[in-house]
Amino acid sequence: MADTAISTPLLEPEAAAAAPPFERPDFEIVPRRGLVLVAVVAVALIVAIASNKLWPLMFFHVAGGAGWTIIDLFLGLVLGPIIGRMSIPARVEFTTRLMPKMVLIMPTVVTATLAAGWQVGLKTGNVLSSSPTHGWIVASYIVVGVMAVLALGLLEPANIAVLVELKKPRPNPEVIERLMKRFIYCAGILGVMQVATLVIMTKIASS
Amino acid sequence: MASLALIVAGGIYLSAHLPEHVPLGPAVALLAISALLLVGNIVALSRVRDFAWDRFFSVARWSLLAYAVIAGMILYAFLEDHIRGGTLVVLTLSLVVFAIHVPMLVGFTVARYADSDARVAA
Repeated sequence: MADTAISTPLLEPEAAAAAPPFERPDFEIVPRRGLVLVAVVAVALIVAIASNKLWPLMFFHVAGGAGWTIIDLFLGLVLGPIIGRMSIPARVEFTTRLMPKMVLIMPTVVTATLAAGWQVGLKTGNVLSSSPTHGWIVASYIVVGVMAVLALGLLEPANIAVLVELKKPRPNPEVIERLMKRFIYCAGILGVMQVATLVIMTKIASS
Repeated sequence: MASLALIVAGGIYLSAHLPEHVPLGPAVALLAISALLLVGNIVALSRVRDFAWDRFFSVARWSLLAYAVIAGMILYAFLEDHIRGGTLVVLTLSLVVFAIHVPMLVGFTVARYADSDARVAA
């Protein structure tokens, strides 16, 4: 495994000179083996939509939605604060192992949840304006829309940029810190918004 | 970000009405403003001096591929639902703007820090 040194961040010059450099493992920004799994999920989703049967659509919507919600909640409310308090070497190693997986996992679960969810809503009639749950459905669209803007506009660019920075021979720790702060704060907001999603979805399911 | 928010708002508006009849006026307005902002962003970005265009494109093209696949899957779902006519056109154009916008954001975020390692070395 190729290791590369990283300069010590945010120390006084004398302390920085005295501090030993730490190593970071080599990693792929986009794990290529993970792309195979993503392709399998995508094909299965297309088959589910084409079949237009309730069970496979409900499976993708519930499983994808559960995965999305749990990841956002755990990352935003549990892991995020922990990462913020880790030492720099530990934070770097954790980031290089977690973030590449997030690059593949999040778009996959989100696409599966929303695409299948729309089809489920059509089959059950919940998306029709005459449905008693239509108001809650539109509320869920708004919550998801806000999450999409935050995730696509801030979180994902920060995710990719951190990984690209860590791949450089001499990553800039200030850049990484700034981008990771953006990532962690966004993840926290998304985690809170997922609570709203849970309220809405359980309300619809119990109506 | 504003352009992205507008296109998402347009998507919410369309979804709130589908599969029934959708008054397309607001959706078209949101799409038009979003597209104009996107073009404005591209023009403004093209005027930045010493921008790391090679880094921008190396990241944005792969992101564009991913979001083209995602947009295609979303469009497929709507085609399966027999969405046709003007609604389909607005949906398709909205997905095109969306699929271009996110890779631009990713590419820009990466490219703006392209020379950060040179600053560390200095």
